[in-house]
Amino acid sequence: MSNRHVNAVIVGAGAGGGVAAKELSEAGLSVVLMERGDWASYDVHNNDELLSQRTTVLGNAFGPDDERYRRVVVNDDGSTKVVVASENDYNNVAACVGSGTVSYGAMAWRFMREDFRMKTTYGHIEGSTLADWPISYEELEHCYEKAEWEIGVAGDAAQNPFAAPRNKPYPMPPFAYNKEAKILESSMRRLGLHPFPIPMLRNSISYNGRAACVRRRSCCGFACPINAKSGTHNTAIPAALSTGNCELRTNCIVNELVTDGNGRITGISYFDKDERKQVQSADIIIISASATETPRLLLNSKSKHYPNGVGNRYDWVGRNLQGHAYTGAFGLFEDDIFDDVGPGATIAVSDFSHHNPGIVGGGILANEFTRLPYFFTGIRPTGFPKWGKSHKEFQRKYFRKNVQVVGPIQEMPFFDSRVQIDPSVKDYWGIPVVRLSGHRHPKDVKGCEFLSSKAEIILKEAGASYTWQSIGGKGLSGGQHQAGTCRMGDDPRTSVADKYGRVHETPNVFVADASLHVTNGGFNPALTIMALGYWVAGHIAAEWQKGNRFT
Amino acid sequence: MNDGIKLSRKDFLKIAALGAGALSLTTGGLSLFEGCTASRRPGTMFFSEDEIKLTEAIAEQIVPADDWPGGRDAGVANFLDTQLIGSYRRFQQDYQKGLAGLEKSCADKYHRKFEDLAWETQTAILQDMETGRLDGDVWKNGFSEYFFELLRAHCLQGYYGSPRHGGNKNYISYKMIGLDEPQIVGENRSGI
Repeated sequence: MSNRHVNAVIVGAGAGGGVAAKELSEAGLSVVLMERGDWASYDVHNNDELLSQRTTVLGNAFGPDDERYRRVVVNDDGSTKVVVASENDYNNVAACVGSGTVSYGAMAWRFMREDFRMKTTYGHIEGSTLADWPISYEELEHCYEKAEWEIGVAGDAAQNPFAAPRNKPYPMPPFAYNKEAKILESSMRRLGLHPFPIPMLRNSISYNGRAACVRRRSCCGFACPINAKSGTHNTAIPAALSTGNCELRTNCIVNELVTDGNGRITGISYFDKDERKQVQSADIIIISASATETPRLLLNSKSKHYPNGVGNRYDWVGRNLQGHAYTGAFGLFEDDIFDDVGPGATIAVSDFSHHNPGIVGGGILANEFTRLPYFFTGIRPTGFPKWGKSHKEFQRKYFRKNVQVVGPIQEMPFFDSRVQIDPSVKDYWGIPVVRLSGHRHPKDVKGCEFLSSKAEIILKEAGASYTWQSIGGKGLSGGQHQAGTCRMGDDPRTSVADKYGRVHETPNVFVADASLHVTNGGFNPALTIMALGYWVAGHIAAEWQKGNRFT
Repeated sequence: MNDGIKLSRKDFLKIAALGAGALSLTTGGLSLFEGCTASRRPGTMFFSEDEIKLTEAIAEQIVPADDWPGGRDAGVANFLDTQLIGSYRRFQQDYQKGLAGLEKSCADKYHRKFEDLAWETQTAILQDMETGRLDGDVWKNGFSEYFFELLRAHCLQGYYGSPRHGGNKNYISYKMIGLDEPQIVGENRSGI
């Protein structure tokens, strides 16, 4: 039995795709939303650190699983290795309805105006494909606002003098600081910095029919047991389904775009939950599968009309893979600081996001999410034993007496950091897998060293008896903040999609996830991905209502 | 003790990714009990009688007893035994090769089993394994450092992870650091 033709098929029910499904189905389009994972269930998700999205040693709690998913990573020396999904080098993004928005830490950052104009602000950076976005902060502002109000953000933008201008405040008041943040607040103020409560996609008060947060330690990396964390799984996707215009298909693995004899993309083919090959035809195809899986799908869709894959005429699909090197410092204190008020991260400064001498971009600095016991076994001063008696003593002595200040550095896009298709390795369904290669730009290390030194100054001022820095990595970037692989731009020769996310070579294929990011800001990207979902789908809906069928 | 170990600055950043990097899928196709020919202790699933004694001794070195129980009493070997037929199936060959190699190294040099050696000698052997200084073909090409890191990470997981995976018996490590576990409905589940 073949599937009924629909107006739009969306691949990936995460931050971007979930929002797009809501916008299009509310505009009256018939929509099928495809998701490779399933709904996250309380039966399998609790507060088990070793099975969290943050510490994946025993597997990815929210998928993908180690049995069916694998990737190939190219080492520095050119050799390759195959990795399973729970290994760090896989660069996993959660596979479930809502994707990472179920288990994320839920920081709700808007990028700053400079983040959309990096080349104008900083000029050409040797060896980097640094560029401006084709859209400005001002153009995207109403989409940020929609994300904040419809999905739900708690915060107080007035306390951050560096935040870009906004038309409306956050819908919920900010979260109270935990003890760690209180200690840091006075230190930051003494240093002349401007601390403020981190905006969070989490209910500080009962909002939109969901309860207020109860501050559990197992929040970042976990599903919320009382549904106080806001993701697309408990906002946009249920809203889409309630229109009657949207069908969600879980456990479906999309393998390629279907092209007709004239080169028009007519739909997608996929393996359903019973592993049967099916086709879903649609007027419009929206890909929101993550910055690794979206290019994989485009590159795997080779045909006579698209010999290098869809959208890849100029070899830009999969390029410029970037994420965030996390960088910062640790401090040990004499007194108890751990107050078990989750999820830990509550305070930030944006003083170092831009206009730092000699640095391109920068990043926020925040207190880190709760360091759970196993995670904390990896936090030791440089040169300290990694096992044995003193390692155990350190765990006992400092689990409650440590502070971590950390931030994501804005990375310089690098053309040779990329997603390709591996020529031989296939996944469980026989689909060629992602092959990752490249490394970070040397400028990123400079940015990390700068931000870590600032973090250490804050900790010393806060009265730490001992401090040390950790400098963000130099290797392949990506991770849960992965972005940039189908960048938007005005010139089809140097970008994959136009300013509305439409793939240049096709009239009816769109991208709606972090793949579109030209640059990735010095902020967690989730709210920007949601805003892009509103931006892309809002454009499609408006055009559709004017009669444009994208032919 | 092992205070003399020199570490790179970023070692601990890699902790969330323990086990990442050095392995390939080539060990993924093993059947559950392949290679497990020696006699098993009743109740173990992967390890033989000898292997579990050895593993307990290693776990005790990684997390030694002091005022609080060590890796042996916290059930770390049980954690490993459980995971090696579960999430860590892909490490079965590494464990068999590494544990056999360690026994051989001890037999060659000391004519005794690892677990029967003096505490300080055991520590020194593990330090040698960590830094790639053990003699024997099995330890070549980085296997020594790789296998030690596997053992170290897995033992710490067994001691500090949730008891539902077979280690951290009676929530002992949570008690040690003053973490309120288990979380009880109506008591401490919602903390404000």
